Amino acid sequence: MKPGLNALFLPLRLAWRQLRAEKARLASAIAGVMFACVLVFMQLGFRAALFDSASALLASMRADIFLMQPLTTASFRPETFPRARASQALALPEVWAAVPIYMAQTTWRNPENGSRRAMQLIGFDMEAGVMGFPGLAPLLEALKRPDTIAFDRRSRPEFGNVARLLAERGPFQGQLGNHRVEIVGLVEVGASFGADGNAVMSEVNFRRLTTNRVATTVDLVAIKLVPGANRDAAIARLRQVMPGDVMVMSQPQLVAHERAYWENGTPIGFIFAFGSLMGLIVGMVIVYQILFSDIASHLREYATLKAMGYSNGFLGRAVLSAALLLAVLGFIPGLGLSWVLYAVVGKATFLPLAMDAIRAVGVFALIFSMCAAAGFLAMRKLRDANPADMF
Amino acid sequence: MDTMPVAVRGLNYSYGTGDMARPVLRDIDLTLAPGEIVLLTGPSGSGKTTLLTLIGALRAVQQGSCAVLGQELLGAKEAQRVALRRRIGFIFQSHNLLGFLTARQNVAMALELLPGLTEAGRLARAGAMLTSVGLGDRGEDRPDRLSGGQRQRVAVARALSADPGLILADEPTAALDRQSGGDVVRLLRDLAKQRGVPILLVTHDPRILDVADRIVAMEDGRIVQADGRTASGPRPGG
Repeated sequence: MKPGLNALFLPLRLAWRQLRAEKARLASAIAGVMFACVLVFMQLGFRAALFDSASALLASMRADIFLMQPLTTASFRPETFPRARASQALALPEVWAAVPIYMAQTTWRNPENGSRRAMQLIGFDMEAGVMGFPGLAPLLEALKRPDTIAFDRRSRPEFGNVARLLAERGPFQGQLGNHRVEIVGLVEVGASFGADGNAVMSEVNFRRLTTNRVATTVDLVAIKLVPGANRDAAIARLRQVMPGDVMVMSQPQLVAHERAYWENGTPIGFIFAFGSLMGLIVGMVIVYQILFSDIASHLREYATLKAMGYSNGFLGRAVLSAALLLAVLGFIPGLGLSWVLYAVVGKATFLPLAMDAIRAVGVFALIFSMCAAAGFLAMRKLRDANPADMF
Repeated sequence: MDTMPVAVRGLNYSYGTGDMARPVLRDIDLTLAPGEIVLLTGPSGSGKTTLLTLIGALRAVQQGSCAVLGQELLGAKEAQRVALRRRIGFIFQSHNLLGFLTARQNVAMALELLPGLTEAGRLARAGAMLTSVGLGDRGEDRPDRLSGGQRQRVAVARALSADPGLILADEPTAALDRQSGGDVVRLLRDLAKQRGVPILLVTHDPRILDVADRIVAMEDGRIVQADGRTASGPRPGG
């Protein structure tokens, strides 16, 4: 082995042998790192899940370009713009279809216990095929009948167990706003911050439910391009054509716009960042305590090593190695436990919690830095190991 | 005089600074010849331990000359002192072995500082060293499974394993009973004589005075008696 590698390997081995010697202390240190790890994973997981769920509706639309009112901050509270913009977009040869989408909130009466709750209504032309909701395709014909809706099966349970009722009695009558509607089937959209539950319906039925709205205004226009058309070029041309009351965005831009609202316009982003930071600080204190007491209880031995000619640098690398070993040993079970918790908590909260590689790498980097910081703090205690005081 | 392993001339040392300065060593002259075993005795507070830490490069020299194994320590940098310590074998009052390492690994720790040794080479040499202190069969035991005398013998093996040019020992028998204390010191003497390594040993223990080539007594920071011989004219070892 090269001398340069020895300068890293030998302190690492010394640190490992020292950690391994005291099983109970090692276990508590690993538990501390694991705790921090799980806390950070859960915070980041919730954060991503909430942002994902907030933009799930927009992400499930199958279109290339969208028109939206510039004042719209979030899709659950849209500003309207003239329906004529959809027709204008059709003037471009590369535009194959421009489909108006209508969104509004109204109250839904729980068919089981009669309680009322705000529900998001999504209306669009059933023929256009811009919505990719699972379960929608077999319901298209039924939804063309007057006063019919499809219920989002991933709505929160407070809306009532519509799936069970449908299974028992088939399509049945429900109440949306002041209207009687027929629930003809289930689709999957997903609850979000802005909407606990969703109902999907045709353009015509949406107008019948929202009689106080001006019929010539829309909330969103989804544009599909002819096959092979260049999206970015089409966006640039639409921006030239459209007046100032609409923004032209690609789907990723639309999703990012929605996320930016939740991230910056609400305290949600801060809350989860703060939670993660607290987890890291607690973890750092635990690791620091373990390393510090390890050094404090072995001061004579460390001083002896210094008397034998070991440098401060070698002993510092040993302490740092111990910190980084704890990072690795705590991260692995922390990752496993978080994986399990994602599945359990995701089921309980209806949030799309999922582990992904980028987040795992990111959390490992955070835990690694946390342990390194604790190691650097604990290293200061090495100064107390003075070999001149040994005699 | 330059060829002497230890050559101390006109050494003064004080703790504290300014008005608070308290001198502990005054005008010390001391020389160790190759292979010579010197005992340093004297009441507590006489400065013998401070002298040992100065010679061991564990403290910075303030005034006077202190040359150890050819390295002048007056004005020496921290890195020079660390490098010199690698060429000195230390034995302390308590064994100070690392509790989480086996006896053999503890001895090998002294060898990890030497360049050009493989792990197998280090362990083989540590094992041979343990055999020469009579613990060849206890190499895989942790210190807590050894007796006090055995632990101090491991410490002796550790101090000698890296082929030091000088052994410094501070009350190595203080924590041991008469029998094992005497055994450890005689073992140390025999191994040092075989290798021609000089020893400077601080002790209160009258039972081990017989191992010395020369006894130096200190009082109030001065050398008061050098066993009939002058400090500048030591008899070579043996």
